[in-house]
Amino acid sequence: MSRKFISGNDAVAEGVRLARPHVISAYPITPQTIVVERLSDFCEDGSLNAIYMHVESEHSALAAAMGVSSVGARAFTATSSQGLLYMAENLPYASGARMPIVMMNANRALATPWNIYGDQMDSMFMLNSGWIQVYVEDAQEALDMMIQSYKIAEDPKVLTPFMVNLDGFVLTHTYEVVEIPEQDKVDAYLPPLKLTENVMTLEKPMSLCITAGNNYNMEFKIKQNEEMIESIDVIKSVDASFAEAFGRKYHGLLETINCEDAEVVLITTGSITGTSRMILKELRAQGKKVGLLKLRYLRPFPTEALTEALKHIKVIGVVDKNISFGYEGTIFTNVNSAILQAGLTPKVHNFICGLGGRDVTKDNIREMYEAMLSTAEGNAGEIIQYMNVRCAL
Amino acid sequence: MNKPKMKAFTEPTTVRDYPMGATCPSDHITSINAGWRTYRPVIDQVKCVNCMRCFLVCPDGVIDKSGEQLEIDYDFCKGCGVCAYECKVKAIAMVKEADFHV
Amino acid sequence: MVKLNGKNLTNDELFYGHKACGGCGESLAVRLAMKILGERTFASLPAGCMSAVSFIYPNMAFKTNAIITPFASTGAVAAGVAAGLKALGIENTHSVGFAGDGGTADIGLQALSGAIDRGDNIIYFCNDNEAYMNTGIQKSGLTPFGTKTTTSPAGKNLPGSVTMKKNMFEIVAAHDIAYAATASVGYLEDFMMKVQKAKEVKGTSYIHILAPCPTGWGTATEITIALAKEAVDCGLWYLAEYENGAFKLNKNPKEFSPIENYVKQQGRFKHLKEEDIKTLEAHRDYKWHKMRQNWQV
Repeated sequence: MSRKFISGNDAVAEGVRLARPHVISAYPITPQTIVVERLSDFCEDGSLNAIYMHVESEHSALAAAMGVSSVGARAFTATSSQGLLYMAENLPYASGARMPIVMMNANRALATPWNIYGDQMDSMFMLNSGWIQVYVEDAQEALDMMIQSYKIAEDPKVLTPFMVNLDGFVLTHTYEVVEIPEQDKVDAYLPPLKLTENVMTLEKPMSLCITAGNNYNMEFKIKQNEEMIESIDVIKSVDASFAEAFGRKYHGLLETINCEDAEVVLITTGSITGTSRMILKELRAQGKKVGLLKLRYLRPFPTEALTEALKHIKVIGVVDKNISFGYEGTIFTNVNSAILQAGLTPKVHNFICGLGGRDVTKDNIREMYEAMLSTAEGNAGEIIQYMNVRCAL
Repeated sequence: MNKPKMKAFTEPTTVRDYPMGATCPSDHITSINAGWRTYRPVIDQVKCVNCMRCFLVCPDGVIDKSGEQLEIDYDFCKGCGVCAYECKVKAIAMVKEADFHV
Repeated sequence: MVKLNGKNLTNDELFYGHKACGGCGESLAVRLAMKILGERTFASLPAGCMSAVSFIYPNMAFKTNAIITPFASTGAVAAGVAAGLKALGIENTHSVGFAGDGGTADIGLQALSGAIDRGDNIIYFCNDNEAYMNTGIQKSGLTPFGTKTTTSPAGKNLPGSVTMKKNMFEIVAAHDIAYAATASVGYLEDFMMKVQKAKEVKGTSYIHILAPCPTGWGTATEITIALAKEAVDCGLWYLAEYENGAFKLNKNPKEFSPIENYVKQQGRFKHLKEEDIKTLEAHRDYKWHKMRQNWQV
């Protein structure tokens, strides 16, 4: 095991190297580029024995990965923003085909206007695509998830493609000390891929990505949904087995910090969690009854764990670095459905921030908690708020 | 006649028994195409010189040359008439399908 | 290389029981190609007639491994299949794409270009029936001048399609591909010879085969082969190869049969006026002049 001072993107590349994909097919796009560059270095120097395909677009990147996966080989691709949307039709294609492809996505704003900085608009578009989606907080988690993602995706009960999201620039391009596991330890944890049912082999020729008419289609789709929901169990057990093998645990589909006796809880995804932990500590030291919930997986949505954690919470604030135009932040919508179904009746806030890479400061996080605490005291507040805006609305 | 055969298919009884992924085993024909025909080709085995052109040109591959004589798999012949048209000795006649169902 | 014909070609059917229209030229091209390529073939088919008729759950017409690809992605998926098989150490296989004219020249062009550029080990077939047939006969980049399609109607103002066929064969050749060829279901022995050649190629190969569609062309089902032959005989299509960096015409008619005879059999050309036929003749003569001048004959 070595410790290196590397960026989030470097960490992804190291994790992918350790996971030993057979074929890499990816197209460069800021801020993912370092990932594909590092991987080409590893292929060149022999530290990764993979075929590197210089695909001519993102659409072809995922299509090639589908071809790779269709014969039982391990595939990897990476993209961001415009690229993710360009390959959009291939996401449900791969998930319906139950292909355990892993894709790193650098969360980045969508044109127009053009913007290369980080927000979550891109991956939110793909929530319905049938891909498992995790949002990592730091470079270490990014590396670790590249290994876990294959283990989860390739589980015979799961067989679902997997998207690992890193906040563009704020996580992809910032540096921290990362522990890089030894190859043989990863090999023991993540054995070679062995697909049997959904793969083309000479022993048992199969027809893949077939047509199912209106008389059969619904059953295929219901199976896909039910099994994706059930993959929650595999995600939890892989989290546990990873902790045992490598000494780092991520608490399953979500992590709660100080929620047991909290009155208000802020729900975050990705790197904002890191900043929020600091403010949480500060407010706790002041005696404020505040909690933090790091939502790691948005799909499958951890309804049970979430509503269990929020059972006694008076005010919930959801941080969204995205907007579903004409409505609200997407994570907010998802959370609200879960708490309503559970019969919970907290007051809710939606904090929309960070669009197009707009900084989310410590002060912004303090403002979020202040707003929630004010609501907890009975003051009526704005439900949906935009944070750190340059001028009046 | 050694043409590919129909497979018996019983559909899954529960949603969970449906195939993993959008898959199905290959070589898995479960319905015939006979009902498409208005005319069916009939080979005059005396006229036939075994040149194999009909076997070659059939878009559906229903002409079998494994035996002494050429045989047509009427389960899968669509009655397109290419074989009859291309036969150089006019050994294939297109006969009304209705005549075979009395 | 043994010359293949009806007598020595295998009796085994690897593509059988599909729901294509009777007399479908494209299904014949796929059927024969599969016989030559054999059981260790992994076929990739994009959205189009061949995929639409061969994979309707639970009725699967391919005997070998086969996968439907997204419309734009024949080249990319076939390339991925080849790469995956190579990475797994599975040898002596063929990764093949069977795409239509739209899936090749229009929406599929980028992925095809990428595959050739990378030298991916695939055999790519463009089954050309000169329109988007599966979606109801709409104009594609390979629809000839003067063709009535549902998006290029012929009427008072327009003679149907107003553009010439995109020159896919030369576009592919311009990549300096290892092997490319044009073919027709009207010349089956020539087509089969080209499939055999493609089979041996290390790298990417491309075969562009003209395959009439009775439904879309408005023709009798039984004349599919004869029509595909006449397309070549009247010069509107040609049989050629590109290998070792050089173009070669396989067939150079001393005289062309009249274009008029070819088009008058087809519903999609019924509206053509004399001036339209003259346009077709002029373009044919222009192309043949260039080919005869620059290509090995």
